[in-house]
Amino acid sequence: MSFIPLPDPDPDILKRRAQIAKSLAKIAPDAIFIEDEAGREAYETDALATYRRLPLLVILPSSTLEVSQLLAYCHKEHIQVIARGAGTSLCGGAVPTNDAVVIGLSRMRRILDINYQNRTARVECGVTNLGISDAMSDQDFFYAPDPSSQIACTIGGNVAMNSGGTHCLKYGVTTNNVLGVKLVLMDGEVIEIGGEGLDSNGYDLLGLINGSEGQLGIVTQITVRILRKPEMARPMLIGFNSNKDAGNCVTAIIASGMIPAALEFMDKRAIHICENYAKVGYPLDVEALLIVEVEGSENEINLQFDHVRDIVEKFAPKTIRVAQNDEEAEKIWRGRKSALGAMGQLSDFYCLDGVIPISRLADVLGWVDHIARHHDFEVANVFHAGDGNLHPLILYNANDEEELLRAEACGAELLRLCVKAGGCLTGEHGVGIEKRELMREQFSELDLIQQTRIKTVFDPNWLLNPAKVFPLTAPGRGGIEADIAEISMPGGESER
Amino acid sequence: MSELLLPRDHKDLGDIITKASEDKTRLEVIGENSKQYMGRPMRVDRTLSTRQLSGINFYSPEELVISLRDGTSLSMVEHTLRHEEQQLAFEPIDYGHLFGFKTGQGTIGSVMACNNSGPRRIRTGAARDSLLGVHGVNGRGEYFQNGGRVMKNVTGYDLTKGLCGSWGTLCVFSEVTLKVIPRFETCITLVLQGLDDRLAINALCDAMKSPYEVTGAVHLQKTPVTLLTDPKISSLGTSLTAIRLENFEAAVRYRSSKLRTQLSCYGDVLEFGEQQTDSFWQDMQHLKFLTQSKTPVWRVSTAPQNGPILVSEIERVVPVSAVYDWSGGLIWLEVPATSDVSASDIRRSLAHLGGHATLIRADREVRTRTEVFHPIPGAIGKITRGIKNSFDPHHILNPERMYAGL
Repeated sequence: MSFIPLPDPDPDILKRRAQIAKSLAKIAPDAIFIEDEAGREAYETDALATYRRLPLLVILPSSTLEVSQLLAYCHKEHIQVIARGAGTSLCGGAVPTNDAVVIGLSRMRRILDINYQNRTARVECGVTNLGISDAMSDQDFFYAPDPSSQIACTIGGNVAMNSGGTHCLKYGVTTNNVLGVKLVLMDGEVIEIGGEGLDSNGYDLLGLINGSEGQLGIVTQITVRILRKPEMARPMLIGFNSNKDAGNCVTAIIASGMIPAALEFMDKRAIHICENYAKVGYPLDVEALLIVEVEGSENEINLQFDHVRDIVEKFAPKTIRVAQNDEEAEKIWRGRKSALGAMGQLSDFYCLDGVIPISRLADVLGWVDHIARHHDFEVANVFHAGDGNLHPLILYNANDEEELLRAEACGAELLRLCVKAGGCLTGEHGVGIEKRELMREQFSELDLIQQTRIKTVFDPNWLLNPAKVFPLTAPGRGGIEADIAEISMPGGESER
Repeated sequence: MSELLLPRDHKDLGDIITKASEDKTRLEVIGENSKQYMGRPMRVDRTLSTRQLSGINFYSPEELVISLRDGTSLSMVEHTLRHEEQQLAFEPIDYGHLFGFKTGQGTIGSVMACNNSGPRRIRTGAARDSLLGVHGVNGRGEYFQNGGRVMKNVTGYDLTKGLCGSWGTLCVFSEVTLKVIPRFETCITLVLQGLDDRLAINALCDAMKSPYEVTGAVHLQKTPVTLLTDPKISSLGTSLTAIRLENFEAAVRYRSSKLRTQLSCYGDVLEFGEQQTDSFWQDMQHLKFLTQSKTPVWRVSTAPQNGPILVSEIERVVPVSAVYDWSGGLIWLEVPATSDVSASDIRRSLAHLGGHATLIRADREVRTRTEVFHPIPGAIGKITRGIKNSFDPHHILNPERMYAGL
């Protein structure tokens, strides 16, 4: 067992499993139902695989209408629901509880409309992140946020977790690139928020939905902003004698008034693991690597690299290598993007996601190493340095219960360090179950209750994605405040 | 009305709002009062100004982050950033000209309360996209924070964005933390003349579809052009379609030459140099293309390609003057002062085109009887009310400024 408790299931709901399945099948006859235990086991966890719970039932709808009908029933019967995309969450954002229905959205994967003039695409929630860009690559357009799981993760999951990625330094994260959503509320009502325009009407509900971890409603369609690809993109690989030099160089690049398309960091352990796995020619005699990617025409790229070189030289680089063509660029990125896969072949690992102010990079990296050693772990660092988003990977043996507990304790200490350094617990993975009990490190009770009240506005009975985001003892958790729940809209309604 | 409430720190602010909440005292929340003629007219008991909650908490130019107290004047913020060769990414609109005030007024808090974004929003995001974190006091008197000072943050719900653009109806910010961007080395504007609205929006969308990172895309009908500051521009005597490039010099030179070729199918392409570009886009930011009169002004948001359709539908009913920003997706519309200032026509068009319209300038009496903000449909209305109640259950903060009954 590990630190993070999941609530006990409601025995009454468990007892009624067969009857609930029957009723739901009647409501949504065209949806796929997975009732047998072996089938449900495929949905008992996500990419935070330490935590598992067999869900009550798994349903795979294919339309917003079906999602709406399923939710309306669950709302009436007081059954908890977990929306699931591809199950790639690293924070246990899609881990079920035994008494909850999992609604898998992988069948809703149509690209509904691409409008190049307006530079928008409307897609269903189960389309993969990369699938959006692939659908418009012949027109040289792309969807910017690019989490490392982009080949598998769904856009619906990206909205839920406000996913980031390598190129967010220049293009922003999910919330900066979503213009509208179709949202099914827990009572089954379907609402449309935003659209093809750039700003929203009334309160910024889109801002609240992005990153709400599937707790406010189920997003079934998304309108995203799409962008024309740059003429060219080229990475530069720079090797340093120490993490400190590399960290300080990151700060200097940003301070110089330049925002590269991507600015990634790998420490020695990460370099060796990735090189061993991907064979992309990373230098092995350096302590740290930066990948700096710039975009534009060939001449523009060269000028930007000249600028970067001028800065880098001040930090005594051991190697500087510029990708000369697409093949070399692809190799540099293949090494970086293989990090999690390469790590997984070597050892179990626990991937953290804290963020710090970039001026603290060099300093904090030293502390990360110190804390890991104190807990008797090896840590590899491979992360988005330009926005201070650390991903320390703690290497441990998941089959050793004591080690798992120690790894979690080490992770918690590292995340506390990020908060103390002026940063936050999570930059792009989300809170899920993983960091739920750490929320008080960053928020006071009053901070938390502002958020739990919003949850109550959208989902008064707290049925959507239970046991995530908020500590189990958070103020306002699960409670209905009459003055919030009592809602009717005067004014304006008559003009609807 | 009794004297202004002027909190000096967040504790003061908390005490004032706690007391107001207990006494059900309705508060008008202002900074420097630069937006006093915007929104629905309110009935309030007291006015609270954040103007003494002023100053920089910290500014870290090397991290592109600045943290400000709510009442810090926008001009001071812009001056401070300029000193470090930095700027606000979203180029906030200055409403001074529109309401007959001096330009350069307003506080950073009011910019965030209105999610006020100008022409560069099309490339670098809205005010809400630059807002990293807030501290504030809600209508219950509770002091809280959300977000932070780092560029990426998904820890808990993103109330920071939810509060940005809520017009002071949910909380009063005491502190806002923003990311900023470097100033560009240089800029130019490519200009097409005499295009009708549809063709102009096509040209703008074509420019936006290019890989050249356009940072401004506007189209002005002939009449608004005559109101611009630079006499060389205002005397052109035609409609004007303008595309801005900002970057380092070699990039601007290269990109403008590429774009010129691409846009040549729309006619001769003029070029404004750096000085003219600065003047022109400052006019856009200051809404100098609108008359300094009492003519009603709407701000309409829709998909870029729908902009000209909407304007032509309204033109069939009344004569209007239109300026398109955001490559057609934002329309500043001056309409005749009819009894409903064209509200029903505009909103009827938007019902099938998609989007929303806000009445920016109109007499108090008109703003009382016309929905200033776009009406919100049933379930979203319920959620809106729920959010208002969650932050401000007694409706003491800017009561009914956005919607009747809220």
